[in-house]
Amino acid sequence: MPVAQLLAADTANLPQHIAFGLLAAVMTFSSLRVVTSKNVVHCALYLVMVLAGVAGIYILLAAEFLAAVQVLVYIGAIVVLFLFGIMLTRAPIGRSPGLDNDQRGLAAMVGLAVAALLATLLIDGFGDDKIALEEPQRSGDVGLEIFQSYVIPFEVISVLLLAALVGAVVLARRD
Amino acid sequence: MYLNQFLLLSAVLFSCGVYGVLARRNGVLVLMSIELILNAVNINLVAFGAFHNQLAGQVFALFTVAVAAAEVGVGLAIVLLIYRNTRSIDLDKVASMKG
Repeated sequence: MPVAQLLAADTANLPQHIAFGLLAAVMTFSSLRVVTSKNVVHCALYLVMVLAGVAGIYILLAAEFLAAVQVLVYIGAIVVLFLFGIMLTRAPIGRSPGLDNDQRGLAAMVGLAVAALLATLLIDGFGDDKIALEEPQRSGDVGLEIFQSYVIPFEVISVLLLAALVGAVVLARRD
Repeated sequence: MYLNQFLLLSAVLFSCGVYGVLARRNGVLVLMSIELILNAVNINLVAFGAFHNQLAGQVFALFTVAVAAAEVGVGLAIVLLIYRNTRSIDLDKVASMKG
């Protein structure tokens, strides 16, 4: 049965809620560790956990193609790029105390304030709205949507990627 | 499933990213925190797309993934350049524009 039909059926909601709870717990813990860990490589590995959790959330929301793209692009490419960055800048591989600056208390206050404000607004604004997908959203439909309604943004994105490629080469090149 | 459970999860990710951007002084770690923020945005886009039963949310999320990839490429090149010029990626030491 496609995931979207599972989403629509009320009887199948318990496994979904269990899966969401597990994913949310893992993602919250890992994202906290990404920003608090004292070891740069551990930060990158916890980031992998968060990104994999986001892929799981996409599957729960019946966006399978996006989940595949998330695994390929984020976990496959971007995290490897981060590891290259860690290696090339000779960051300390073991525990290192100097990763945080001295505004940590202020930053924690700002983060908590943002979280509290967003939670209040969201609970006030969206109360108990429910997601119910009536029809499955197929990957082919996503492709059609891109090439029918969003052709010009798609082309702009390709030009942007080219510009970023050239820019990164120009910046990182040794003269 | 409630719409709010996804939105609240993404709010948590976003706040963690904001804290990381403000509190970290290592350039690579600041870029990782920005990735957390972008992923929070993506979860929101897909959740609202599913809520309104439209595909536009997924399409925008795909565009965001492409923009994030470009951003990380250029960002790491800049961090590499800072490392080459100052022999460290401590962002607190990049203060030449401070009056």
